[in-house]
Formats: sequence, structure tokens, C-alpha cells
Amino acid sequence: MNINLELTDKKAPVSGEVRMSTKNLSLYYGDFQALRDITLNIPENAITAVIGPSGCGKSTFLRLFNRMNDLITGVKVDGRVELDGINIYDRDIDVVELRKKVGMVFQKPNPFPMSVFENVAFGPRRHGRKNRMELEDVVEKSLKQAALWDEVKDKLGQSALALSGGQQQRLCIARVLAVEPEVILMDEPCSALDPIATLRIEDLMKSLAENYTIVIVTHNMQQAARVSDMSAFFMMEEDRAGILVEYGPTAELFTNPKDKRTEDYITGRFG
Amino acid sequence: MEIRTAFHKKLRQIQGEILAMGNMVEKAIEQSIEALKNRNLDMANRIITDDRNINRKRYEIEERCIQLIATQQPMASDLRNIICILNIITELERIGDYAEGIAKIVLMIGDEPPLKPLIDIPRMAEKTVDMLHRSLDALGNHNAEAARQIATEDNEVDDLYDQVFRELLSFMIEDPKTITRATRLIWVAHNLERSADRVTNICERVVFFVTGKMEEIGASKY
Ligand SMILES: Nc1ncnc2c1ncn2[C@@H]1O[C@H](COP(=O)(O)OP(=O)(O)O)[C@@H](O)[C@H]1O
Ligand SMILES: [Mg+2]
Repeated sequence: MNINLELTDKKAPVSGEVRMSTKNLSLYYGDFQALRDITLNIPENAITAVIGPSGCGKSTFLRLFNRMNDLITGVKVDGRVELDGINIYDRDIDVVELRKKVGMVFQKPNPFPMSVFENVAFGPRRHGRKNRMELEDVVEKSLKQAALWDEVKDKLGQSALALSGGQQQRLCIARVLAVEPEVILMDEPCSALDPIATLRIEDLMKSLAENYTIVIVTHNMQQAARVSDMSAFFMMEEDRAGILVEYGPTAELFTNPKDKRTEDYITGRFG
Repeated sequence: MEIRTAFHKKLRQIQGEILAMGNMVEKAIEQSIEALKNRNLDMANRIITDDRNINRKRYEIEERCIQLIATQQPMASDLRNIICILNIITELERIGDYAEGIAKIVLMIGDEPPLKPLIDIPRMAEKTVDMLHRSLDALGNHNAEAARQIATEDNEVDDLYDQVFRELLSFMIEDPKTITRATRLIWVAHNLERSADRVTNICERVVFFVTGKMEEIGASKY
């Protein structure tokens, strides 16, 4: 973390355009309001972290961006969620196309019970790429981008389930990369991994952020501080609806938060 | 509900240690001037040996801070507090060195007859010690406003220094035989003037800790 505040670019750690955003966004699970009036811009080619106590709506918020919440019955969304200025909750949005652009990595590595190669080739195949040579290229490129190639290049035919947890998670990232997304959502991607595997994923995220827009939900504040450019702190109101308390450059949020509630949370004075 | 009670207790302990170190440094400055006034060479020697305790204290506090950073990953005001403490102990150690410097001058002067009654130099010392004491209070009370105020008072020490310098200069011009003795007193005054500057650095650190902003407060004349 950079301490010399005046000399850093913490005021503008990201120069990119706004890639995704929510505008006055509220979400309900039936009668229960899980998110309240969230307005937030996610910059392009940067890592945005969402932190906050358990149950404050982080995962719910993340799932807005690829409309994963649609799969849950009784969900109602108010307000806008935009990708490049287009409301992705509009009727004429092709959700399959959206999820191709906005990939997701989950908490527990969830490789398919098939070979390493087939795991990565799965998405491109489904999107109509059948040519074997082409698929080989995509698989190699994706595995390289996911910093896994060297470890698996000799066992592409073996079951993905034989890989270590950290390797499985990188495989899942490779699987997401294979369909050439623009945005990658990660929901506590390291919570099932050991510390070294965690650091590898973080390092990988950093390199991916050069070309992708990444949003990560993490319950690990140090992880948010280590990897992200922007941080959003969520919290619950009395009625347990999640609200956005503070959003800003990570270096600022973790050295000089503006809101007392953020300060208390990140210094462990409440939780 | 406070969660990180053990960590915050450790942080408060370090705050206590820094006040203890501050007391040692205040005492060193006060006694150095006392030794100068009374030609007390024993006292001067003691200040010089005791400076080692100040240095040791500084390393002790530094080590505790490093351990907290390494093991607790402090954030936000906790992080700023630790960074602030790390900077302040360096300033305190240096002020201790100035006191030691004065004690060494006292030894040089030995039992030479006094040049003149000491008035402004003790005033400089008193003001500096007062500023130092209040700056550490400001740290304890998280009071940025007080810290800013104390820093501006450095002017008073600068003015006294001017006065001492001019007065001693006139002695030297009138009677060149006083040059050695007058010069030594100027060194003493200079050590005090530098000490007060260090106090303003402490004040800047307190402001940073409390507000998160790095401000340079009132650039010193010297
Ligand atoms: N499928 C669901 N149906 C009903 N309530 C849900 C559902 N998923 C999450 N919730 C509720 O919404 C709130 C936010 O949950 P979630 O987004 O998982 O929080 P977080 O990820 O911050 O722990 C919680 O109160 C949770 O119980
Ligand atoms: Mg969650």
C-alpha cells in the first residue's frame, strides 16, 4: 500500500471509462429488500472490490451484472444496471449474449467432471466454435492467461477434478476467459483456497485487469486492499437492506475513509 | 461491538510508551539547561549516558510497530496512527540528541565564568518543552486543531533565538575575548531552535494521523 499520499495517483487510480454502473438500484427477494438505492460506476480495465459484513448484499449486487439473480424466483429489480450505457434489464437484452460478455467465477472452484481441455473448450464450443485447431488455440491461450498452462500442458486430457484447489480455480478463470468476456465477476474466489493459491489468484487478477474489467466480492479486507483499484463498502440498514456506504479509490478507502462506519468496519471496531 | 480488542489494546500500549519517551526527552532538555545554568557537570554527564535509554526506547517502540504492521495489517486510522508513531519517535530521538548536544557544550564550558545571566535561553527551553508536551497531548487526544496551533508557536522560539543571537553578537563585537563563550551559547540556542522545529514535525504527524492529510504547517524561519 502506498503511504505517501501526496505523491501517488490515488485520487485517480483508474483512468478508464465507466464500463458498468448501477443507478438507483434496489433489489427485492419477495418482500425482503436486499439492496437499497445503489448508484455506483465500475471503471474499465480495473479491479473493483465489494466489501462488507456477511449478508449485506455483496453477492446479490455482483449477480446483478450478469442477471444471475433472474434465476431466483420472486426477485424484483428497480433502477438501472448498465453495461456500456445500455440497461441490461431491458426486455430485448439477450441474456446468453450478456453472460458471454460478463463472465463469473464462483467461491468454490466448480470444474466440470471432464478433462482439463474440455473444461476450457466448453464455452467456445457452446458458442459455435467447433474447429479442433481453433479450439486448441483458445484453450492454450486461455490457460496461459490464467497462469495455468505450464502446470497442465502435459495433462490436458486428464480429469480437471484431479487438479489442486488453486489450479481448479485458475481453470475456472481460464474457462471464463475462453469465451472472451469483457467483464469478469468474482464472488469470493479465494475463500476455498490456501494462502499461496490465494496470492497466485490475486496476482493473476492484477495481470488480467490490464485487459478486463473485474469486480470482486471478498470478505477478506486485506485482499481487497491488495488487489483492487476501487473499493465499495456495503452495509446493512436496520431492516437488513444492503446500502452502499462508501465508494472510492482503494488506497484512500483503506488509509483515510470518509465515513465513520467504514472506518469502524475496516479497523475492526464493529462488525 | 469492538472486535479487535487485543490489537487495539496493543496500539494503546504503544501510545503510552510514546508518552513515556516524550517524558524522557522533556526531562533531558530541561536538565541540560539546568546543568548549563548551574555548571553541573555531573548532571551533564548523566544526560549523555541517559540518551542511550532514549535511543533504546525508540527502537523498542519501532519494533512493536513493525510487529503490529506485520501481524495485524492495520488499516485506516490505525495504520495512520502507527505510521505517525514511527515518525514521531524519530523526531523525539533527535530532540534527545539535541539535549545531549547541549550537555556536551556544558562539559566544554566547564567552570568558565558565566558571560551573562541566562534569560532567553531558558525561555527557549521552557517554550520548546511546553510545545513538545502539548504536541504529545494532541496525539493522545486526536486533536489536529491543537497540533496546528502548537506548530505556529515555533515562531516564538525563532524570535527568542534571534534575540539571543543578536545579543551575543553584540558581546563579541564589544569584546572579542568573549567570542568562545558566546559562540558556545549560540550553539546551545541553536540546539533548542532545532528541537522546536522537530516539535512542529511532530505536530504535522499528529495532523496526518487525525485527518489523513499531509500538511506542511507554517514553514519555520530557520
Ligand atoms: N435466494 C435468496 N432468497 C431470499 N433471500 C436471499 C437470497 N439470497 C440472498 N438472500 C438474502 O439477501 C441478503 C444478502 O445476501 P447476499 O447477497 O448473499 O449477501 P453477502 O454476499 O453480502 O453475504 C441476505 O439477507 C440473504 O439472506
Ligand atoms: Mg456472498
